[in-house]
Amino acid sequence: MEVVVQITFGVIAVFILVAAAMVVSVRNVIHAALWLIACFFGVGALYMLLEAEFLAVVQVLIYVGAVSVLILFAIMLTRQITGEGVRQLTNRWPVVLAIATLLFATVLAPTLINQQWNVPPAPPLGTPEPIAGPAELGRGFVNEFLIQFQVVGVLLTVALIGAIVIAYEERARRRKVLTLAEELELKRLREQTSPTVPAPVEAEPVVQESRSASER
Amino acid sequence: MDWLTILIIVIQCFVITLAVTTAFAYLTLFERRILARLQNRVGPNRAGPAGLLQPAADAVKLFFKEDIVPAMADKPVYLLAPAVAVIPALIIWAVIPFGCLNLNWDYQACYDPARTNLWNILQITDLNIGVLYVLAVTSIGVYGITLAGWASNNKYSMLGGIRSSAQLISYELALGCAVLSVVMTYGTLSTHEIVTQQQGGLWGIIPQLLGFVLYMIAATAEVVRAPFDLVEAEQELTGGYNTEYGSMKFALFFMAEYIKLIAVSALAVTFFFGGWHFPGLDILGREVTALAGPVAGSIVFGIVSLGAFLLKVVVFLFISVWVRASWPRLRYDRLMDLGWKWLLPVGLLNLVYTTVVIILIPDRVVHSWVLFGLGAITIAIAIGFNRTPKPIDNVTLVKDIQLPN
Amino acid sequence: MLANYAIVGIFLVAAISFPLIPLVLAFFLRPKRPTPLKTSTYECGLEAIGDVHVQFKVQYYLYALAFVIFDIEVIFLYPWAVAFQVVGLYGLIAATIFLLMLFAGLLYEWRKGALEWV
Repeated sequence: MEVVVQITFGVIAVFILVAAAMVVSVRNVIHAALWLIACFFGVGALYMLLEAEFLAVVQVLIYVGAVSVLILFAIMLTRQITGEGVRQLTNRWPVVLAIATLLFATVLAPTLINQQWNVPPAPPLGTPEPIAGPAELGRGFVNEFLIQFQVVGVLLTVALIGAIVIAYEERARRRKVLTLAEELELKRLREQTSPTVPAPVEAEPVVQESRSASER
Repeated sequence: MDWLTILIIVIQCFVITLAVTTAFAYLTLFERRILARLQNRVGPNRAGPAGLLQPAADAVKLFFKEDIVPAMADKPVYLLAPAVAVIPALIIWAVIPFGCLNLNWDYQACYDPARTNLWNILQITDLNIGVLYVLAVTSIGVYGITLAGWASNNKYSMLGGIRSSAQLISYELALGCAVLSVVMTYGTLSTHEIVTQQQGGLWGIIPQLLGFVLYMIAATAEVVRAPFDLVEAEQELTGGYNTEYGSMKFALFFMAEYIKLIAVSALAVTFFFGGWHFPGLDILGREVTALAGPVAGSIVFGIVSLGAFLLKVVVFLFISVWVRASWPRLRYDRLMDLGWKWLLPVGLLNLVYTTVVIILIPDRVVHSWVLFGLGAITIAIAIGFNRTPKPIDNVTLVKDIQLPN
Repeated sequence: MLANYAIVGIFLVAAISFPLIPLVLAFFLRPKRPTPLKTSTYECGLEAIGDVHVQFKVQYYLYALAFVIFDIEVIFLYPWAVAFQVVGLYGLIAATIFLLMLFAGLLYEWRKGALEWV
C-alpha cells in the first residue's frame, strides 16, 4: 500500500511540474489557462494523498471551479489570444536561469540538508490533536479561530467592494437607453421648440419591448 | 483488500457507468414520447415495439455520421471539450446512494449511519465529504460548455459558451446555498448519512421546503434545461455551444446534459425525498429475513430500495419534461436577475431560518414543521412579490402614455 | 479513507473509458471526407465575417468576480454547517455575523447596480 501511495505521489508530482511548465511556455493564453487548471487538479490530488479530503475538494471547488472561470473570463475580455510571433525568452535566458536556480537552491538547500526523511517530528507534549474533518474545522471556526473566521469574512466583503469599485462603470457614465415615455417626451419637446434644440448626442432612442409597438 | 473485493468494485464501477449510460439512452426516448403526448403527437414509435429500439437506432446513426472538424477550430481544445463535459456528469454518481444492497448480508446495517458492517453495492463509495464532492464536480461542469464554445471559433458557439458560463456560475451559488441548508439540517456531509437520517417518513422536504424549491430551480439552470436553456436557444443561437459539433462528439454533449439531469434528480431524491426509503421497507426486510434468511432478506431489501429510488427519480424526470413542454425560455437579463436577486437572497434567508429554528427548537419533528411553515410563507410572499404589477424594465406601454393634445 | 478515493479513482477510469470507447469506435466506422466547404465555419450558410474572439461585456467579468467571492464565503460556511448543532448559540452568533457580512456585500453590489444586466 505504501508503495502504491509513493508511486501515485510521483505521478502526480510529475504531472504538476509538467503542467506548470506548460502554463508558462505555451503561446496560446487559453491553453495556458487550461494547463493551469490541470495544475490545480494535480494540487488537489496531492492534498487528497495527504488525506486532507476537505482541502482537496475545496481546492477543486474554488481554484478549478471559480478562480479559473474568472481567469478564462478575463482572457476572453482581451483581444489577443494567441501570442504568435511574440518572443517568450530574452537573449540572455541562460544567465537568468542560472541566477534563478542559484537563488532557489539557496532557499532549498538548508531544508534538504536538515530534513530527516520519513520521520515525522514528534509533536511536543500537550499539542492539540490535528484538525482533520470538516466538523472539527467548523468547531474550530467558532472557537479558537473565531477572529480569523470573521476576518476572512471582512476580507472577502472588502474584496467584493474593491472589485466593484475598480471594475464597475457607473450607470450614469454608460450610454443612456431611453424609455418609450422619455422618448415621446423628448420628441414632444423637440417639436415645440424646433428647430433650435438639437437632439442630444449620446441619447439614442431604443425601444426595448417590441410588445408595446405591436399593441398600437 | 483482497483481489475479489477489488474485482467486485471494478465490476460495480463499470456496471454502474453502463447503467447510467443506458438510463440516458432511454431518457431521451422517454422525453420524446412524453413531450409528444403533451403536444398531442405520438412520438417515435416505429423502431421496435413501442419505439423501444429508438435509442439504439439513434446510436447507430451517430456512429456512422461523418465527423467534421471546422478548419478554424482550436483542435486540441475542440476535441477535449466533449470529454470534459461528460466525465463530470458521470463521476457525480460516485456518491449517490441509489439503494442499499448490503453484501455483508445484513439489511439492518443500511440504517446505521456509522456504516459498520455495511458494504453497499448500490453506492460506489460513501465519502465523508460527499456533498462537497458533488458540488466540486458540478463546478467543473462549466468547462465543457465554455471550452466547446471557445474552441469552435464560431460566433454562435462563442455566445452560447460565454452565456452558459455566466449562467452556470450564477446558479451555482444558489445551488450551494440550497445544499448548505440541507447539510445544516442533517449535520453531515455524507450522502449515506443524509439518507439514513430521513428514515421514518420525515423526509428532507419537510424541514427544507424552501431549500427544495431553490435546489430545483438552481439545478434546472445548472443542467441548462428549459426554461433555462438559453445556452442552446435554437431560435437565436442555432445550437449554441454545440453548433460546430457533429456525430459522436455531439452525442457526448447530449449525453452529458441528460446524465446530469438524471444526477440532479437523483440528488433531489437523496436530499429531499428520503433517497431509497419507502414506507414499509424495513418491515419487508425483517419479514423476508425471518422467512428466507439474511441473504434473501438483503437482496429483496436491496432490489426494493433500488426500485423505490428509481420510481422517485422517474417522477422528477417526468416533471422536468413537463416543465420543458410548458414553460417559455427566460430572457437573459431576467435569468441573471432570478439568480442573483431572488435565489441568492432567499437562499441566504433560508440559511438564517434553518440556523435559528434548529438552535432554538432542538426537537427534530417540531423544528422540521416550523421550518416547513416558514418556507411555505416565504415562498408565498416571494410569488406574491413577483406577481405584483410593475413597469416592465422601465418601459411604459403605449396604452399608458398620455399624449398631449 | 484513501481506499474510498481509490474507488473513486477506479470509477473515474470507468467514466473516462465510457466516452472514449464510442469515440474510438466511431473513428473507425464513420466516413471522413472533409472538403474546404464542409469544414468552414457555420454561419447560416453565409460566409463568416469578422473575428469570433471579440471583446465581451465587462458584465460577465463582474458576475464572475462576485461569484468567486460568494463561493468562497459559502464554502467557509460548510464546515460550520456540519458542526453548528454541536456548538450551539455561540456558534450561531459567530456565523450570523459572517452571514451578515455576506448580505452586506450582496446589498452593496445590488445598490451599486452591478447586478443589472443592461
